[in-house]
Amino acid sequence: MARRRGRAARDGVRSLGLLLLFCLLVAATLWSVATGSTRIPLATVWDAVSSFDGSREHLLIVMIRLPRVLAAVLAGSALAVSGAVMQAVTNNPLASPGLLGINAGASFAVVLVITLFGAGSGGTFIWVAFGGAALAALLVHVLGSFGAAGQSTIGIVIAGAVVASFLTALTSAVLIFDQNTLDAVRLWTAGSVSGRTMTQNASVAPYILAGLSAGLLLARHLAILSLGREAARSLGQNQAVWRTASIVVVILLAGGAVALAGPIGFVGLVVPHIVRLAIGVDYRWILPFSAIGGAFLVVVADLAGRLIFHSQDFPVGVTTALFGAPFFLWLARNRAGRPA
Amino acid sequence: MPEDEHTVPAKLVAQDVAIAYGDHRIVADLDLLLPERRFTALIGPNGSGKSTILRSLAGLKAPSPGSILLDGRSIETLSTREMARRVGVLLQGPVAPDGLTVRDLVQHGRYPHRSLFGRWSEGDQSACDEALMLTGMTTLADATLETLSGGQRQRAWIAMTLAQHGDVLLLDEPTTYLDLAHQIELMNLITILVRDHGKTVVAVLHDLNQAARYADHIVLLKGGKIRAAGPPYDVISQEAIAEVFGVRSLVIRDPVAGTPLCIPL
Repeated sequence: MARRRGRAARDGVRSLGLLLLFCLLVAATLWSVATGSTRIPLATVWDAVSSFDGSREHLLIVMIRLPRVLAAVLAGSALAVSGAVMQAVTNNPLASPGLLGINAGASFAVVLVITLFGAGSGGTFIWVAFGGAALAALLVHVLGSFGAAGQSTIGIVIAGAVVASFLTALTSAVLIFDQNTLDAVRLWTAGSVSGRTMTQNASVAPYILAGLSAGLLLARHLAILSLGREAARSLGQNQAVWRTASIVVVILLAGGAVALAGPIGFVGLVVPHIVRLAIGVDYRWILPFSAIGGAFLVVVADLAGRLIFHSQDFPVGVTTALFGAPFFLWLARNRAGRPA
Repeated sequence: MPEDEHTVPAKLVAQDVAIAYGDHRIVADLDLLLPERRFTALIGPNGSGKSTILRSLAGLKAPSPGSILLDGRSIETLSTREMARRVGVLLQGPVAPDGLTVRDLVQHGRYPHRSLFGRWSEGDQSACDEALMLTGMTTLADATLETLSGGQRQRAWIAMTLAQHGDVLLLDEPTTYLDLAHQIELMNLITILVRDHGKTVVAVLHDLNQAARYADHIVLLKGGKIRAAGPPYDVISQEAIAEVFGVRSLVIRDPVAGTPLCIPL
């Protein structure tokens, strides 16, 4: 009985932690909306949502700042959860949509389509982004299963690095040769939530929300996947079904995030790790904590970038990389080679 | 318990089995009978196909041609899930995510018994409690795996396979990397599982004398073929050791256990 109580208490602490993190996210979101070229008091932010009067400040909030912060929330939670899912599926602590080239695949596909056919709406980009993400996932899978070390920790990371840098180089090449591509696209390839519209958010949100819900339903099966392919199979897990389901979730989430905000790096790697260090390896908790933690990180990084560099256009992807790179080094030194 | 293998029904059977990885054929024309409620040791030099055969028995590597029968039925006709309910498998060097506790791991053993989004049941709980008790891991249940010694970690993984509630356990080199005390502890655990809980245990072992002392049935392999199979005294002989391992030896009677003891010359 003491043990049962122990578990209930642990879950209680976790629920409280999740609630606290959610409150932090709400606070960061409000701060972000209040901050910009003109400071707007929180009371006005509230008025703009509850009783919109068409004033310049209200327009600024509803048309510019809320869509921006909402894009940060959506992209952040999608990237963090897709990272957590990937780390379980590959049984590899270094897996993330950024490092394994999924983000690069989605953004290359989007840039290519914009260059060839001109800028369209967010609604068409999302399918292009899904296609690019899926293609990159397939490439990494094929390259990673070559050789005796097939699907090993190092094999898949090398394959991911190759695919990511190759696709990023292709993206740069396309942008260099096509002088007409909008600056907005260049900014987007660095990972940016600046200038997002509510329409863009609305066209991507359903896919990201579907991906997040499916991810939560997968939690128990992810825990089994994270034991490795053969152990999972000998526990009776149908590998084809659950691996495919997980990869579809990853593509929905990473593709959706990239279509909305470009390839924001390091969120998918860093957030699940911090969550695991804080609350342990229970995927039923890792996923919700990652969702809210990822949203919080991107909102704060976007806010910090604007505050530190005094530019409303400063790409959030640069800020997450500035903080994420040192964390990655620490991770590679201390934890590489051990399973996720 | 030396006993004529023909008096004991076979739990697992490999029928005319060949196993290859790509073009590399490892096992050919293998016919293997594994007696029910007995501890069988697979022994042989490196590359003799022991681990490959174990993988095949576990349904992790399909033979071609040939078939593996469990209780007389081809395992190809069993779903992965049904197989996991009946056979527990522990391969070499399993790795769990950092921070996983023994209890978390053992609970994973209930995976094949739970429905798609089914809740944790009393039956699941008692199976886990029993597995922890049998392996002596009850007091360590809340420890994380990376803080345990090699022997404790191995017992935690065995507890997971016990929670599956199958009547067959397949273990690939379970004593490798364990110190002597932990090796003996593990062999005693296997003996208890076989004698008191009716399990059929098949283990790949490296130590000839360990196999001779603890196993009821020994399968001696060389180059993917069976050189000898039967009770220890029928299998472990100076001629067989010389032929299979290329080592001259003296086989005497173990003064303590009465089993064959091989002393290399």
